[in-house]
Parts: sequence; structure tokens; C-alpha cells
Amino acid sequence: MEFDELCDKCEEWMQPYLDRELDESERAEAEKHLEGCGYCRKRYRFEESLRSFVRQVCSEEMPPELKQKLAALRTPL
Amino acid sequence: MSEVTPTEPRRLATDARDRVRFEEEALELADQVYRVARRLVGSREEAEDLMQETYARAFRSWRSYTPGTNLRAWLLRILTNLNIDRGRRKQRSPDLQPLEEGDYFLYNRLEESSREPRSDQDAVVDRLSQDDVVSALSSVPHDFRDVIVLVDIGDFTYHDAAQILDIPIGTVMSRLHRGRRILKTALADQAVGG
Repeated sequence: MEFDELCDKCEEWMQPYLDRELDESERAEAEKHLEGCGYCRKRYRFEESLRSFVRQVCSEEMPPELKQKLAALRTPL
Repeated sequence: MSEVTPTEPRRLATDARDRVRFEEEALELADQVYRVARRLVGSREEAEDLMQETYARAFRSWRSYTPGTNLRAWLLRILTNLNIDRGRRKQRSPDLQPLEEGDYFLYNRLEESSREPRSDQDAVVDRLSQDDVVSALSSVPHDFRDVIVLVDIGDFTYHDAAQILDIPIGTVMSRLHRGRRILKTALADQAVGG
């Protein structure tokens, strides 16, 4: 069974890892564990793909007419 | 007798050039600012009003921006302050129950409910619609949602999010953790049933 204390640590690190907020040594330790642990790797990939899905579906383009309204707020030359 | 020097027109010309540059840079960022604004408020109309107020204020106070610093974060700081000023009531934080499950809980829950083997990525995307996700995000209380929107949709660092919201970085991290948990619980309920 792959689950061990390092998996616990890796689970704690998942959010800051994906946010690129771990320091270098923690990141290296997490990556080393992920290389050898399919259990954690699958869960990291899942989280990454979920985030990217959320970002994609929640990103709404700005209406072009709003851009014109904002430009009209500029100080006249 | 007052002395007329050539420095005054030169100063005015420099000032005008700096202002024009500031306004152009701010407008170039409008798409990115809007994407965040749209998820901080409930409707497109509110987001549009908030954007206009933000840009009007930014253009008026452009001198308080320090060139070379993060202009997108500066604009978002104005926007989030205006959003609070617009009467968004400070919500009481929900009761903070201890998080009994770890961060793998959503994956584990989906895996347990899955009857057939399928790829992880497909399992998420197939079961959730755009409406599910948008409605799950809007169900997250404001304080938590603001941080999720800034970090996950706006791609801001914890440090920038802390400055924008004027809260300590530790609070950003704890709200993000808690907020993502609320969001994922809502997504899990929609994907596999409560």
C-alpha cells in the first residue's frame, strides 16, 4: 500500500503547490514523492484539472461596449 | 515680480504624458480586471457599473499609483473597496467547523461514487455543467469567495490578494482553504448528489 506519512504531507501541500507558493525545498520534496506515488499523483492531477475547469467556465469576456465606456472616462487631452 | 521659467510647461507636458501612459496601461488590463469583477458580484450589470466606477476613480487618482508596481492589483484594490462601499454587507463568517477530511476528499468521494472506471479529468468535466460551477461559486460566502476569485480566476499570489483585500497573508490562506472546501463540497453535491 502506497499510503503513508508522506502522503499526508503531500495532501497538505497540494493547495500551496498548485498555487506555486511552496518554497523550493518543499516543492522538491513534494515532486519527489509525486514521482513515486500514483495515489497522490492522481489526486493532484484531479485538483489541477478541476481548477482549470472552474477558471475556464467562470471566465466571462468583457462586453466590447463596456470597453468603449471605460475609454470614454479618460481625461480629455 | 514673478519669474516666468520654462520649467512649468515642461512639467505639465511630462505630467500629461505620464497620465496618458497610465490610462492606456489601465485600459489594456480591463479585460483581466473584468473577469475578476464579474465573479465578485452577482450580475453582469453590477460588474459593469463597478468597472466604470473603478476606472473613473483610477483615472482621477492616477498620481497615487507608483509606476513599476502591480497596476492590475492596484485597480483591483480600488474595485474591491468600491464593492464593499456599495453596500455589500459584511457577512458574518459561517460557523467554522473543523475540517475533518483532508484536501483529497472530493476526489475520494467521486471515486467512491463512480461505478465504472474512467479517467480522472473526464470524471470532473463530464459530471459538472458550467451552471453548476457558477452557481457553486456564487454560493460561497463573500469573504471566502473574494479570495478564491482573486487567486483562482485572477491568478494573483497570496501576497497580492492580501494587499488587495487589506488582510494578513495568513487570513488569505485560511480563507482560501476554507472557501475552496465550501466550493468543492457544493460541486461534489452537484456531481454525485448530496
